[in-house]
Amino acid sequence: MILARVVGTVVTTIGHPDFKNRRLLVVQPLALPGEAPDEDFIALDSTQAGIGDTVLINREGGGNRQVLQNPEGSVISVIVGIVDSVFLEDGE
Amino acid sequence: MLFGRVKGNAVCTIKYPGTEGLKLLVVQPLNKYLEPVGPLQVAADVVQAGVGDLCVMVRSREASLALPEIKFVPIDLTLIGIVDELQVLPEGEVDITLQHGWNTFS
Repeated sequence: MILARVVGTVVTTIGHPDFKNRRLLVVQPLALPGEAPDEDFIALDSTQAGIGDTVLINREGGGNRQVLQNPEGSVISVIVGIVDSVFLEDGE
Repeated sequence: MLFGRVKGNAVCTIKYPGTEGLKLLVVQPLNKYLEPVGPLQVAADVVQAGVGDLCVMVRSREASLALPEIKFVPIDLTLIGIVDELQVLPEGEVDITLQHGWNTFS
């Protein structure tokens, strides 16, 4: 799972049935100071997150099929939590 | 899942069994500001997109799970939605660095 910030919303009227009634959000993975961040991507929301929120994202299909209760779901990244705080120990 | 812009069609007469009848499109993967990332790729289409459409695509095993009938086929990129509206925070307004110590977000 990775930490990311929600930076955008996507609206699709024509879409795959697995994505019906859920929002797609544009997310940007967080990075340590001085490190290059990963490329942004799109995730399906299951937590009512919004723009500006820091979220926990599961990027693995099997777990997502369990979260969405759809054994043949074609969703690869799902927002599974909204993060309140993160503690990182001091870097040497 | 990622953005892609449809650039054209790909036509194959001989295909792996199970992929017959699938529509193949040439797409350019994009980042959140819709700037091109990497080379053109070929994607299967289940939403009847056309040239010039901005789409959402899914990769890896989930790409073949998005297909309507036969789900065990060698497909690794599928278009699963056509974007009508996209709202993204402008560059510089997003702080994406994690500091050492406590980071509180709410």
